[in-house]
Amino acid sequence: MNAPHVDVGHSRVKRRTFLLAGLGASGALLLGWSVLPPGQRLYRASRESPLGGGVLLNGWVAIGADDRVTVIVPKAEMGQGVHTALAMMLAEELDCAWEQVRIEQSPIDAIYANLTVGRDALPFHPDERGVISRSVSWYSDKLLRNVGLMITGGSTSVRDLWNPVRDAGGLARATLVDAAATEWGVSRAQCRVENGVIRAGDRSMRFGEVVASGRPLAPATTWNLKEPSAYRLIGTPRARLDAAAKSDGSAAFGLDVRPAGLVYAAVTMSPTIGGRVGGFDAAAAKALRGVREVVELTGRNGGAPGVAVIAERWTVATKAIGALNVQWHAGPESTLSSQQVHDTLRTRAVEPGGRTFRRVGNVDESLASAAAVIEATYDVPYLAHTTMEPPNCTILARADGAEVWVGTQVPTQARGAVAEVLGVPAESVNVHVQLLGGGFGRRLEVDFIGQAAEIARAMPGVPVQVIWTREDDVQHDFYRPACVSVLRGGLDAAGRVVALHAVNASQPIVPAYGARNGVALARFDVHKSSVEGLFDQPYAFPAMRVSHHAVSLPVPIGYWRAVGHSHNAFFLESFVDELAFAAQQDPVAFRRALLSDHARARRVLELAAERSGWSTTPSTAADGARVARGVALHRSFGSICAQVAEVSLSSAREIRVHRVTCAVDCGVAINPDGIAQQMESGVVYGLTAALYSEITIDRGQVQQRNFDGYRALRIGECPVVDTFIVPSNDAPGGIGEVGLPPIAPAVANAVFALTGERLRSLPLRLSKATS
Amino acid sequence: MITLHVNGRTHAVDVPPETPLLWVLREELNATGTKFGCGVSLCGACTVHLQGRPIRSCVTPISLVGDGRITTIEGVSLPTVNAESADETDTRRRSVASAVQQAWTARSVAQCGYCQSGMVMAAIALLTENASPSDAEIDQAFAGHICRCGSYQRLRAAVHDAAKALAV
Repeated sequence: MNAPHVDVGHSRVKRRTFLLAGLGASGALLLGWSVLPPGQRLYRASRESPLGGGVLLNGWVAIGADDRVTVIVPKAEMGQGVHTALAMMLAEELDCAWEQVRIEQSPIDAIYANLTVGRDALPFHPDERGVISRSVSWYSDKLLRNVGLMITGGSTSVRDLWNPVRDAGGLARATLVDAAATEWGVSRAQCRVENGVIRAGDRSMRFGEVVASGRPLAPATTWNLKEPSAYRLIGTPRARLDAAAKSDGSAAFGLDVRPAGLVYAAVTMSPTIGGRVGGFDAAAAKALRGVREVVELTGRNGGAPGVAVIAERWTVATKAIGALNVQWHAGPESTLSSQQVHDTLRTRAVEPGGRTFRRVGNVDESLASAAAVIEATYDVPYLAHTTMEPPNCTILARADGAEVWVGTQVPTQARGAVAEVLGVPAESVNVHVQLLGGGFGRRLEVDFIGQAAEIARAMPGVPVQVIWTREDDVQHDFYRPACVSVLRGGLDAAGRVVALHAVNASQPIVPAYGARNGVALARFDVHKSSVEGLFDQPYAFPAMRVSHHAVSLPVPIGYWRAVGHSHNAFFLESFVDELAFAAQQDPVAFRRALLSDHARARRVLELAAERSGWSTTPSTAADGARVARGVALHRSFGSICAQVAEVSLSSAREIRVHRVTCAVDCGVAINPDGIAQQMESGVVYGLTAALYSEITIDRGQVQQRNFDGYRALRIGECPVVDTFIVPSNDAPGGIGEVGLPPIAPAVANAVFALTGERLRSLPLRLSKATS
Repeated sequence: MITLHVNGRTHAVDVPPETPLLWVLREELNATGTKFGCGVSLCGACTVHLQGRPIRSCVTPISLVGDGRITTIEGVSLPTVNAESADETDTRRRSVASAVQQAWTARSVAQCGYCQSGMVMAAIALLTENASPSDAEIDQAFAGHICRCGSYQRLRAAVHDAAKALAV
């Protein structure tokens, strides 16, 4: 037998096809795939449809006799609109009507593994694609294919699936057309397709008729992808496919699953970082009516140890948690404080050494000979994610496997975490990924899933829903690392930048995440997340050095929306503003000069400046307060975003942001309305952090508990966000995190323009002195 | 047994009287459209209507509900639920609800969508009382609601859209 060959890049497949036994659900004969080449991303090993009905044409799309087109989506929908974007990409190449499309969440399979997330973590400058970066990227792809991790994160979804999903659509279209052409005795070239109807001459057949007819369907081996000029869906604003279900209460999140016989569990976890359970009164809890089991928790996948109560109702379980009267051993971190953390980071940031991520020219010499040297120290605190849907997980454990219903960004790891606890093979655990009530990186973790497995193990055969309180969530997060950055910049006599030197000190995320999740790849010391957004920006600094001191601290840290970019944009873009001020230049003009080699970034900056009316004086606020503008530009996740914020102060000197003009180049814009929505989202999430958010630690305990102590931006504080997209046919960039990094520095720079006070810490706090 | 009037139907539930309405809806009646966000009335995700007024079901013990009529997101969304006891107010609320949900969909207000049941219930309550709210009145009506995805700007526009649609 010839080995099949799939070369996705050229949209050609050579493969022996042969008849498989059986009929598809609606009667079509399936001529299919059996031996699959490694690395292909079109066919699952199993041709079993995960769907209730319809004929699966490849791993990404099924067609029903009723003409329904079901796009199979492996990515988690957590608000970023990815289900709609992926469906648009597939429907574009399939040439069905948009109204025919629905989506269904995929099962776990190697073809859905995320390859881009590995490439993206590599510490290469995005504008330099040399032999080393190409070969390491190739090797990363190969490794990740073998590891087969399904991950929704790092703004990679559309980038990761841009080729496979369009290929799947083109392949499905060609397969359907070939079947019709054979029936009619015409060639494929004589057929055309529009809105899910195949026509040749005066004959026509709907997709649904093709699959319902029982005609043999031989997967096509060649197909063409459209030129961008032929797009009719991509680039058009589309309402989200999930919009209706999310306005009538029918959208099903993890917390909403209701398998028969469901019981509920509440938990309590060590209030002190590194603490453990001393003792508890299980009998007192079990004495309460409706309590079923009490389970001690070991702390899985980086989570804290604690105790769970399973009861017929969650409110009973939470009450029983109180009755447990848990005694805690505080452990070795019981004196840890935010001040200590801050002092440690500040000390480390000025030490020599550290790991250097980028070196251009001779920074020390350039600074020594500069006409002026500016130096500043910036810092940011730990941050919690506070997804609106608190962590929860529902598990039905059996002796030979489990059903898991959960909102997760990492279904493969979720499956592994459950299988490990239950001592069953991973393949016997079915993960049913639900809609996520927010992710932001929190649901890249499986601590609450491994924990739920420990709890469900106590009641085999009974589905258990574990629900965290908001207090559990705020106090037991994996926080955005606190970070201190020391920046030095040199200017020549003409006010041009001659050198930039930046040193960060923080806890590195990748090794911690890898250790608690058994991701062996994370051991490779190639992660860039601590300095992304500092070393990889489009500015042309004649001399530059960016280094990082990896600091070991006991505070649990993890991925938080935009990760390193979330703070490094604040450091760099605030500092560039400081340099512009020292050089007595306009902030936009100063940046434009630094972008002389980078037309793409310059265009984004100029678009934001133009649309915001940068060269004009802003009108005053409704209460007569003076308004000032601040600008920031940032490249992240393959896209470039510039924002201009209009800011004023209230009579109580609170910072108010009225309007944000946002320009973005994210390559080809799949759904412009979805992109605008993500810019609004990034601004709101980033502005919450810029103005309010801070996790503090005292005596080893997180001091915030709920939305009172950990404030979120509310509607009255929300600026108008105007988004402008740079037209582009380049490969798509990320979008879910791209709008977040520039907002903090844009606001801080506006505050400086307004008050002359340079704020170098987040959250932004003005001195109390009157201006 | 405690009797509750939810979405036009009467339910007898066997739970302690201090049980918050939210958990009775979600666990006893399987009405999962109403969400748990904070448990202490800080985020608005659990908003339902009691006698047409928005309340936070996470801090409302069912003993306080009494004979009051509860309306949840399911009650304004499913055409059949209210049929047996629909009165003029219900009919008015349902036309407001329909306009709100259409505006919400057309504007793609929701992102993750978790907070949106509460937002939609707040919008229905607002527009039932005030046919043409200003931006400031909208901000006031939603001041107790949190959306971490940042749907505020679209939400504001969608309320205006719904108000216009209802005025025609």
